[in-house]
Amino acid sequence: MHSSAAAPVKSPNLTLKRIRRNPNVILGATLILGLVIVAAVAPLITPMDPLHQDIWERYAAPRGLMVDGQFNTTYVLGADELGRDVLSRLIMGTRVSLLVAFIATSISLVFGVMLGAIAGYVGGRVDNVIMRVMDVLLAMPGILLAIAIVATFGPNIVNVMLAIAIVRIPAMARVVRSEVLALKEEEFVEAGRALGLSSGRILVRHILVNSWAPALVIAALGMGTAIVAEASLSFLGLGTQPPQISWGRMLSVGREAIRSAPHVTLYPGIAITVTVLGFSLLGDGLRDVFDRRLGDA
Amino acid sequence: MLQYTFQRLISLIFILLGVSVVVFAMVHFSPGDPIRILLGDDAEPAEVERLTKLYGLDQPAYVQYFRWLGRAVQGDFGTSLRQRQPVTKLITEKMGATVELAVASLLIAVLIGVPLGVISAVRRNTWVDFGSMFIALVGVSAPNFWIGLILLSYVALYVGWIPVFGRAEWSFVEALAAPFRGGGFGPLWDSLRYMLLPAVTLATSIMALITRLTRSSMLEVLSKDYVRTAKAKGQTPRLVVYRHALRNALLPVVTVIGVQFGSLLGGAIVVETVFAWPGVGMLIITSIRTRELLVVQGAVLMLAAIFALVNLLVDFSYSFLNPRIRYA
Repeated sequence: MHSSAAAPVKSPNLTLKRIRRNPNVILGATLILGLVIVAAVAPLITPMDPLHQDIWERYAAPRGLMVDGQFNTTYVLGADELGRDVLSRLIMGTRVSLLVAFIATSISLVFGVMLGAIAGYVGGRVDNVIMRVMDVLLAMPGILLAIAIVATFGPNIVNVMLAIAIVRIPAMARVVRSEVLALKEEEFVEAGRALGLSSGRILVRHILVNSWAPALVIAALGMGTAIVAEASLSFLGLGTQPPQISWGRMLSVGREAIRSAPHVTLYPGIAITVTVLGFSLLGDGLRDVFDRRLGDA
Repeated sequence: MLQYTFQRLISLIFILLGVSVVVFAMVHFSPGDPIRILLGDDAEPAEVERLTKLYGLDQPAYVQYFRWLGRAVQGDFGTSLRQRQPVTKLITEKMGATVELAVASLLIAVLIGVPLGVISAVRRNTWVDFGSMFIALVGVSAPNFWIGLILLSYVALYVGWIPVFGRAEWSFVEALAAPFRGGGFGPLWDSLRYMLLPAVTLATSIMALITRLTRSSMLEVLSKDYVRTAKAKGQTPRLVVYRHALRNALLPVVTVIGVQFGSLLGGAIVVETVFAWPGVGMLIITSIRTRELLVVQGAVLMLAAIFALVNLLVDFSYSFLNPRIRYA
């Protein structure tokens, strides 16, 4: 039982312990941390200039790390259609892919939480209007909506982020709304009201701080979806534009030479798969942790 | 149940109206004058004005919307300015190919995903289980279109009988009917050859999802009392698994299959471009490239309508599959 208007007690130490013991969270977080580090220091660790073209090395096959017993740093994973180093572009591409996914997810998190919280807390007509708009957005397959938005406003990195964010808002809003609906009947909220706290204060300081767990899970899983969405849009020529380097863009260019140089397509795809895998593991793991926590809370 | 059906149908209409507003607004507020895009920058002002009037583009937005909607509900999405053909005709011609691809993918996903999930659950913690779960994890994480590209580069180019691009000359239904019409099995074989790679590609992520879900659902059911009873009364393991456990484990799987069918339509857009499969997805992408937003508008609206309808049918099917679910 909660004796005050403060948040209900859910031991942070217990949650932290469970997070540390969950292999999915550990593996996912490690993968993502690794990728974030690569993105942060990308210009320092690219073995070659990712924009440097060398027509003589067009579609050069991967040379690996050892050539004639010597350590090799040129064209380790081969070259693309302009003779640019695939590995260096892959490393630099980490930046755009992660950044697009992170900003898109952050926007959807902010708006999704805001809309879901208002819908759930205020209820009535406001709830109805907000959720029907969300239904409309959910009535279109996500990638179709994103394609339509980018096609309308023009293919560039900002519109890609906005499109992915808009597609992800309804899922976030729904989850937050149901969480708020459940929490607003709790005793600590009633206590807050009895103490004369304003609705806004109750919502932000007491309800939202307690509903971050499912939002975090959706955000983690959404990062994976966003990475794939960015790659799909860029693959279709609707995403990032040159000279920006993104994994989806690399796939799009690589498909031209799928027969003679499959390596140009192979590695960006692996990078996307590993990244999405990281976020899925993290999201699934966090859900397990929070479900159990919510179960015995 | 009747009241529930009615409510859902009403809300479906409102949702589709909402979608139509979104779709219309997108095209209406997109930068660039469609007539100028069509005629080019050096067009005669008089000609621009004439066409603007002809297509009603000089009217206020809401007038244009209601006119467009009025025609759209009658199945008229306007005429493609560039291809000089009704947009509806362009879309319906391609829709068959997209639905064909989506259905084939779903079949592949179920036919491989369910048995794989059952085997994983029955042989829990063996290499078969770990192997199929690893495949499922990769399938869920890897972008469909990339798997398609890999299949193209490593399978299609080395296996002679698999075509790399396009679709057979006839639809699958026509090909199925061919042997009865004296056309032999050639068309059917052709149709299947062309469909194989795009369908497998589109199926991967859903197959992975079905495998994981079947496994977890089976594991849960296998620990139930009635399964233990069935084993205790001496039934063969095969009968226990297939008659008692699988039947009960399939409900959540069927739910996911239904929900995912809609997302297959979305996924098809990207996969179609990889394999040059002449469906609605290809149509949308080529229309975006040529800035034919009328076609994009119509295709998006039609896909959304199918998507919403399928979701509704799935909802209704729950109550038939599970008598415990009753909508009051």
